[in-house]
Amino acid sequence: MTEVSKYQISYLKKIKHHKQFVRFTRILLLIGFLLIWEITADTGIIDSFIFSSPSRIVLCFIGMVKDKSIFLHTGVTLYETILSFIFVTFFSILAAIILWLNQSLSEILEPYLVVLNSLPKSALAPLLIVWFGATRTTIIIAGMSVAIFGSVLTLYTCFQNVDSQKLTLIYTLRGNKWHALTKIVLPGNIPSIISTMKVNIGLCLVGVVIGEFIGGREGLGYLIIYGSQVFKLDWLLMSICILCIIAMGLYGLIGSVEKWYLKTIK
Amino acid sequence: MKQILELKNIDFSYHTADAETLALTKISFSIKEGEFIAIVGPSGCGKSTLLHIIAGLLSPENGSITFYGNLNPDHKINIGYMLQKDELLEWRSIYSNVILGLEIQHKLNTYTKANALQMLETYGLKQFANSRPSELSGGMRQRAALIRTLVLDPDILLLDEPFSALDYQTRLNVSDDIGRIIRGEKKTAILVTHDLSEAVSLADRIIILTKRPATVHQTVDIRFETPDLSPLERRNAPEFKTYFNLIWKELNHND
Repeated sequence: MTEVSKYQISYLKKIKHHKQFVRFTRILLLIGFLLIWEITADTGIIDSFIFSSPSRIVLCFIGMVKDKSIFLHTGVTLYETILSFIFVTFFSILAAIILWLNQSLSEILEPYLVVLNSLPKSALAPLLIVWFGATRTTIIIAGMSVAIFGSVLTLYTCFQNVDSQKLTLIYTLRGNKWHALTKIVLPGNIPSIISTMKVNIGLCLVGVVIGEFIGGREGLGYLIIYGSQVFKLDWLLMSICILCIIAMGLYGLIGSVEKWYLKTIK
Repeated sequence: MKQILELKNIDFSYHTADAETLALTKISFSIKEGEFIAIVGPSGCGKSTLLHIIAGLLSPENGSITFYGNLNPDHKINIGYMLQKDELLEWRSIYSNVILGLEIQHKLNTYTKANALQMLETYGLKQFANSRPSELSGGMRQRAALIRTLVLDPDILLLDEPFSALDYQTRLNVSDDIGRIIRGEKKTAILVTHDLSEAVSLADRIIILTKRPATVHQTVDIRFETPDLSPLERRNAPEFKTYFNLIWKELNHND
């Protein structure tokens, strides 16, 4: 080990201080927000019937844990989101591969994909309900519909941007297009596949909640809509909080997959 | 010595929506087994295109290429190709980069695997077999790229400015290094370069191309009084300057 100079030590200290400052302020912001919310609701500055309050949300949560209904709603939303995410990931990689292998097909389909991608997907949800009925399958499809077109386009663009010299290398080694795909395009694009997955997981959650708004009989989206109709704002805000936690958790999960991948390649 | 490859009246043009660009016209030359030839010419004259045609990546519009006097494409010989950059794949270890060609050609077996390891050892890369390409210096990476080509046991090696991406000092060392390896393995090789000193230090024969549309302007045999000089030793030999000036003059004569 080499001697660490005092300048290096003070530099490391500075970094550490900065990190601590950021973390501390983050937590402070959350606590401050919750505290102001609670106090203003308790003192009647804001109407706790409409705005609810942190304590009411917690009480509502505890009540629903006791009658176990919260596990059903959260579980259903989580299940639908994960399933639609898996399908989106699988089908968009497959579609991007087919488009990459077939240049003419991708040229033919390009305008359709662009239109489908820019379409507000929530507009599709009522149609899906009519076609497939108010079932979980429909909600899973609604979740997929939000993410899939953008995902296909992004992946296809990434596949196309592979260094052409790397492809030439495969052809000089007497490989064919399939080799170029399996030896260069796919392994070289794992980072972009993972970052597309990061975007998709959030979009799938959005799609699933939209689906539940319209066609769900359970799930957090259903709870939000039902809560707003019967003016149980505690349900509504609690569901939003749980959705935040789910979104963070799923994003974090893919983040750790990414970290694991970067470690294995090192 | 047997003639390994012959090009006769090769023509090639590039087509775009705007125009047709004639790149090569009536290129003819041949190469014998074990010979090392260098092709020099003004930049952009179509040198790399020529190698692509020999490798079968592009088809000539006119003319013929024969391997061992055989026109039949089924009898195509095994051609090794070395690109400008090493193009090692970062997600593979050095060893699995080296066996990439074997993998693609379904030639992976105990013997070829052992041979690949043996070559890594011979050329001083054994301790890096499990390293990632980014852990190697530019020169070592280029050597790994050469081994990737050599494990396929090619009858002829095509070198497409393989040193141009390296800095000057590394470049001298690597071209010396790779020149020795190719001589040692007794390989037939065609080197494309715009660096005249590199061509003189490595080749037995230099083909000078004209500017675009390229055709063979002249062929110069390179003979040093002391045989079997290494590329770096050649640079210090008295004939080096003479050949360099001769080719320099011929190239500029073109303009």
